[in-house]
Formats: sequence, C-alpha cells, structure tokens
Amino acid sequence: MKERLVVIGNGMAGVACVEQILKHTQEFDITIFGDETHTNYNRIMLSSVLAGEKEYDDIVLNGIDWYQKHRINTKLGVRIADIDSAVRTVTDADGNVTAYDKLIFATGSSAFIPPMAGVDKSGVFVFRTYDDTRQLLELSGPGIKAVVIGGGLLGLEAARGLQVQGCDVTVVHLADTLMERQLDSIGGGYLRSKMEAMGIRVLCGRSTQALLGGTHVEKVLFKDGEEIDANLVVIAAGIRPNSALGKQAGVTVNRGIVVNDQMETSDPNIFAVGECTEHNGQLFGLVAPLFEQGKVLAATITGNRGPVFAGASPASKLKIMGVEVFSAGNFDCSRPGVEAIRYEDSSLGIYKKLVLKDGRLEGVILVGDASDDHRYMDWLRTNKDLSGQRRHLLAPPPAEDKGQDVASIPEGDTICGCLGVTKGDIIHAIHADGVCTMAQLKDKTRASTGCGSCTSLCKSLLRAVAPEFEEDKAKVLCDCVPFPQDKIREMIQSQRLKSVQDVLDIYGNGRGCEICKPAISYLVDVVWCGDHEEDRSARFINDRVHANIQKDGTFSVVPRMRGGVTTPAELRKIAEVAEKYNVPLVKVTGSQRLDLLGVKKEDLPKMWEDLGMPSGQAYAKGLRMVKTCVGDEFCRFGTQSALSTGIELERRLENLYTPHKTKLAVVGCPRNCAEATVKDIGLIGQDGSWQVVVGGAAGKGVRKADLLITVETTELALESAELFFQYYRENGHYLERSYDFVERLGMEKVRRETVYAVDEARQGLLDRLRKSKERSSDAWLERYNPRATQFVQIEPMETPVNEFAN
Amino acid sequence: MNSPTNWTQITPAADIPMREGRSVKMGSLNIALFNLGDRFLAVENRCPHGHGPLADGIVGGHGLATTVTCPLHNWRICLDSGEVVKPQAQSSPCVRTYPAKVENGIVMIDMSKKLSTEQAA
Repeated sequence: MKERLVVIGNGMAGVACVEQILKHTQEFDITIFGDETHTNYNRIMLSSVLAGEKEYDDIVLNGIDWYQKHRINTKLGVRIADIDSAVRTVTDADGNVTAYDKLIFATGSSAFIPPMAGVDKSGVFVFRTYDDTRQLLELSGPGIKAVVIGGGLLGLEAARGLQVQGCDVTVVHLADTLMERQLDSIGGGYLRSKMEAMGIRVLCGRSTQALLGGTHVEKVLFKDGEEIDANLVVIAAGIRPNSALGKQAGVTVNRGIVVNDQMETSDPNIFAVGECTEHNGQLFGLVAPLFEQGKVLAATITGNRGPVFAGASPASKLKIMGVEVFSAGNFDCSRPGVEAIRYEDSSLGIYKKLVLKDGRLEGVILVGDASDDHRYMDWLRTNKDLSGQRRHLLAPPPAEDKGQDVASIPEGDTICGCLGVTKGDIIHAIHADGVCTMAQLKDKTRASTGCGSCTSLCKSLLRAVAPEFEEDKAKVLCDCVPFPQDKIREMIQSQRLKSVQDVLDIYGNGRGCEICKPAISYLVDVVWCGDHEEDRSARFINDRVHANIQKDGTFSVVPRMRGGVTTPAELRKIAEVAEKYNVPLVKVTGSQRLDLLGVKKEDLPKMWEDLGMPSGQAYAKGLRMVKTCVGDEFCRFGTQSALSTGIELERRLENLYTPHKTKLAVVGCPRNCAEATVKDIGLIGQDGSWQVVVGGAAGKGVRKADLLITVETTELALESAELFFQYYRENGHYLERSYDFVERLGMEKVRRETVYAVDEARQGLLDRLRKSKERSSDAWLERYNPRATQFVQIEPMETPVNEFAN
Repeated sequence: MNSPTNWTQITPAADIPMREGRSVKMGSLNIALFNLGDRFLAVENRCPHGHGPLADGIVGGHGLATTVTCPLHNWRICLDSGEVVKPQAQSSPCVRTYPAKVENGIVMIDMSKKLSTEQAA
C-alpha cells in the first residue's frame, strides 16, 4: 500500500513541492487541503489582477485537471482544525478525520494587522488572496478614497492597482522612506517621487492610531492627531507565518515552523515548506527560496535525502508598470570593509547602488532602470570576483542586441530564479519538445511562472533559439502602455485624463511610440466627445497637416464632395488649382472624389484657400465618404432618394474620427450601384423602406455587410446609421475595421445595444454623437490659424561658417 | 572631437512644438530638428530605408533610446545615435546626427559634425 501524504496548504509552495515529489519514483496517496476555494494560482500576480493587467485565468498555475490527472485527493475550502501527531491524523473544521503517514505544512502566512482600533469595520481589507482581490475590485472605482497602510512591496502594488481602478489613493507608511527593507533612503526617495508623479499621495513617518467611522470605515486617524478621509482601507503592514497548527502538532515553532536543511521538522513524519517555515532563524516571503525548499523537501520525503536548503539571499522586484525597482542582498554599507558604488540621475529618476565587500557583490539597489538585474543576481549567486571589472560595474551593457546578449549567457546559468530553470533547460525544451511559444515554455519548464521578471529574457531566448517563435497573442495596446484598450478607455474616463501625455505619464512609460500615441489620441477624443486636450505630436503626420503623405514625402489633397456630387464651378476651381500648383496627378478615386496628388507641404494651406472647399478627410481614421447612386431623383429604377440621403448622412458624420477608416454608401434600389453591401455602413433603398447594413468590406478581404435593421422612413434609416456609427466609435478597438468589430461582438449584441436598445441608451449614443459633432470642424480651416511652423520648412537664421559641399 | 565646433543659429525654440519635429534646409542639406521638451535633437531628415521625412514622424522612446518613427514604413531611428532600431537591420546605413542646443531661446546646431563624420568614414 502506498504511503499516505497529506499536504496542508494549496498555495504556490505546497503545490510546487508536490509537483517535485511527482517527479520522483516513490508514489504516495496525496491529499491536499486548501482553505481557499481556488486551485493553485500565482499569488504574486494578484497585484497585476488588481491593476487590470491580468485576469484570474491568466494566473492559474494548476487547474483542476492537473489534480485529477495526478489522482490527488483535493479538498478545497477546507480548513484543518486539529492535528494529532501521536496517531497521525488531521481533523478538519467539520470534524472529518484524515490519516497520514507523512504530513507537509504549507500553510503560508497571513497579513499582520498592527494593533489599532476599528480594523473590524467594513471597507477594511488585507491583500493576500484572490478573494481579497475580487472584493477590492468590486469596491474600488472613481470617487473612492482609498488608504493603503504600509509602503512596502505589497502596499505599493496594491496602491497602484486601486489607482488604476479609479480610486484616489494615499499610501501611509510608518518608516521615513518607502520600502525601507529593500531600499536605502535615497532609493526610497526616488521611488516616492515616481509614485507621486503617478498621482498617488505618499505620507511617510505616520503611525496609524485608529480607523474611524460607523460600521463602515470613514477616516484614518494618525497618532499625531491628523485625520484623512477613507472609504476603503487596505492593510499591508507585513506578514506573519501561519504556524499555529505546527504548535498543535507539537513540532518546534519559533516565529515560524522550524525546519532543518532537509526541510524536516522536529517530528520525523512532519515536514514544512514555504512562508510558514523558519530556517536558521530566517523567515521567507519571496517565491524563489520557496521553490528551492520544495525541491529539497521532495528529495527528503521520497527517500532521496541529500540535497540541502542553504537559505537564500533576499531579492525583490516591484511589479508596477513603469516603476522599476529591484533590490537584492545586503545593501547596508555602514559595515566595516564594505564599499558602495553609486550612480544617480535625478532628472531621469535613475538610482543604482552596488555594495561590494572584498571585490564581491553583497547587495544591489536599482531604481528607475532595473534592466540589468539578471547580471547582478548572477554576480550575487555565484559570488563572482569583480575586482577585474571595477570600471564597468554600473556601465550599461554593450549594444542593445538581444540575440547576442542571450548567446553570451552560459548554459548552466539560471534564467528563472524562482523555479530554478537554467538556460540549458530552456534550450532543451525548445529542441526536444518543439517549444515555440511562451505558453508552451511555461507549461514545459515552469519558467517565468513565479514572479515573472524573467519573461523578457525567456522571450529573447525563444526568439534566438526557436526557429518558429510566435509571440503570444498580444492583448495589450503596446509595451509603452501595457493595458488592453478597453481598460485604457476606462482609465481615461475614471481618472478624467484629457491628454495623451497624461495617459502615458500615469499608466505608461511616459514616452509612447507610433503604435500607442495615435490610439490614445483616438481614445481621449472619443471618450470626451472632442472635449479633450488635442496633442498633435501624438497624431500621425496626416492628422497634423490634414493631407495624406505619399512615398516621396509630398501630400495628396481630396476636397469634400458630399455624396460624390459636384458642380461645374467646383470642377473649374479644382482644375485651376491643379494647374496653379503644378499638381502632377489628378485622379478620380474609388470614393467618388477627386484626388490631387504630389502637393508640397508648404503649398497645402494656400491650395485649401484657393479651393474654398472643406477637407474630404481622405487621410483620416474617420468618416471617409458616403458614396451614392443617382437614386430616384434621376434614375428610372430608383425607389428612394439616395443622393439627398447620402449627402445628409455625410453632413451628420463628417469630420469625426472612428477606430479605423469608415466608408459609407447609400443606394436607391437593390441594384446596389454604389456597392452599399460591401461598406462599413450601407443604406439600401427599396420600395417603401430602407435596409441598414453594417460591417461590409471590399478590401484585403470581401465581406457582405450584415443587416442591422429595416426601417420605413429615411429619418429612421439615418438615425440607425448614426447609432451604429457612434457605437463603433465607443466600442471598437483602434485600428479595428467595422467588419472585424461586428464579428468580435456578434450582430445580436450590436443590434441589442444600438437599434433595439432601450430609449435612454439610444438617446445616450445620439447625444454623445451630437456633442462630438458640435466640437468638430473642417480641418482645413486651420489654414487661418496654423500651429507653429505647421506647414513651413524652417529657414535657418544664419548659414554655417564653412559652407559645405554635398 | 578634434575638429572645431561650428554652432549655427537655426530658429527660435518656440517654432518647434513639444515632441514634434520640423525640417530645416541648410544649403543642400535637409535636417530634422526635434523638440524633446528637455532638449533638442537634430538628425538628417531622411530615413535610410525609403528616404522618408523623419521630421514628420512620431517621437517616442523605449528603454534608453529616444526614437522617431518614419511616417512611410514605420522604421524606428534612435535620435541620439542615428541607428536603426526597428526593424533590426544592422546592414542599413545610420542616419547622421548633429549636436543641438538652445541658447537664449534659439536652437543651434553644430555643423562641424558633418566634416568629422566624413573624415571618420
């Protein structure tokens, strides 16, 4: 009969240890008790869930299928109440008794609640479990004043998460500087400025006396008598090992359950792993040493006693996007024989400090730029003699060549410190198992499933070694602002952000790129119905000069001819302008417009003036045109007024931005001469009614538009088109064409939320469309009030002394 | 740098909006001048790929690099070094860079760099 193994605790340390045990040949009947109702998930990533960067599904480490596959008897939501080590049984809170031959404590730790009045009020939380996170997500939002007590790693991550959810956040910290256990006071100061720059208030040197209010918390009172408002309080003042069950079992317990180098307790049948343990007087709260403990314990318990746990030098990395903080080892340099090397750049917010003893690295602090953390961790781990490279300790790595960088890492080097995965392991997985995505790599090797800080290194390795490396489908807008677009839209709304730069400063890297800047430009415009701070530097050149850039740097000019209808006078003007400015090419477009191509930037305002026509917006991710057929005004088959309807539709929607270009058509009969069935929005006239169709395409792919609704009057047809147009503006992802949009949402949902929505919802869409429309105008009017040197080539004030030849 | 500097007054700093570029004609040379807020940077106004006008690109930054993205085909050029950052195409020539500074509200470019670069090449 197999030995019975009972594991108390279903968290990362316990389950990782079981995973290691399963690698050995000795087999157990395994029972795992977890007091949470979830299977094993990545607790470290809860702050990313709170910050909206990840969903619960993204952080699950072992799904229920894993437990079933390994025939593990899984007891979720069951708390162990008693242990009788004499007869070797555990008893759960309901009185059920389970016998064991071997017992593992993996009970983890709990939040430390400092002694103060009022912690039992509603609205007061700790931040340890997924359930805590879910409650915080439910309660947080715009208008909520959140106070986080504790300015350590967890407190700061919680603060940022709450702020992303829209709360007004204050961090209260007992010590004089933030993260004082990981950073010196200078580093703490840099971190503080960064947090404050993101809009989080930081109060250091404050001791909390009480939480005030009725049944719900209303204020936080400090010992100095000051009070601040709070609707939500998160206590993140440290953790304490859960060691009470150890005491009941009669094993030696100090602060944690005492284990030796083999992870044995004082009872030969009882072992312990993870945050509940105490080893050589040291407690643990970081993931890497816990996985190491699990490996050692797995060897010991399966009869392969030999590997020893040698303790760990603490390393921690703050997981807040845009705030890089890394700390490892001992950074106290007041000790004799210890010297510090520092680098500081206050305007970039970068601070680095290395602490050396006898030419070897003892500790490191990185704030503002933690890109070299891997190198320093290696120096720490290998105790490398650095005397030969003293001049280059803080210098940035040579060139930014990811391929070469990973090639220079020795095979035996650890890539994932948490799970102890080496470069060799990863290369083996790529070659032997055909791994070519991050998801597969995580599955095969477990690399990057701990704190996640080695993810970019793993990706570089995959990119360099795996021939068919595929990026996992990106859900986020881009690296600069690593959130999904829907989330960014919410944040713009909840934080009342009106400019692209605000979004980049608060939620991104402060700088952006050509991918995220135009997208955020679109989002701030549509969220505030045009009442935003327009930042032209974040727009593509076409939207800065209101013309379409061509391959030689010249531009094309397309005047608006609503419905494709023009007059002899307009045509005469266009002809004159084309000649006056030597326009090299005049072309009739597929959108029933005239395109003047090859225009110099400096000629644009004068040409617009001479034309005296509005911009056709043929360059914009916005309403392009409404194409029409002749309709019943002239056509002998026409059943509806396509011309006047198309012109009216174009008037109602022109000058507005959309997620991608939007092309419309109105036809007067089902013969469909203006191809309305392959347009983003099409109106198809028939005898006595209009069909409104959406999501059509005739580009890279051809897609027949779906019917949105059939209506009897022209006004209703126009309104249906407006409803869909605004709905697409508000819910489409930037650069998502309407045909992808309707497929993503499904036509049922689109219909339900536009033409068949309740009156208030329909009115809301129309009101916001009207508001945007009121604030929009013909872009070409900017010729009367151009921005600084918008169209002109700058002439230098003086010529250089030595005139140069070319 | 061995060669003497040759600072040339170009234009009032206010002529170039924050985080935007503008092109400047210097004899037969076309230079793209960028306002990064805390400093100005100058590079040759010509993408090594399709010869697009870099002055019309979107300014951004990743890691230590401040970049401009060419409006024609999205090549990213580092404004400090002139190197192509994206796509990783080491064989393509770099974009020439020029030292720039602001004095009394006037942007100035050091045109001696051109000579030294040519000598070095």
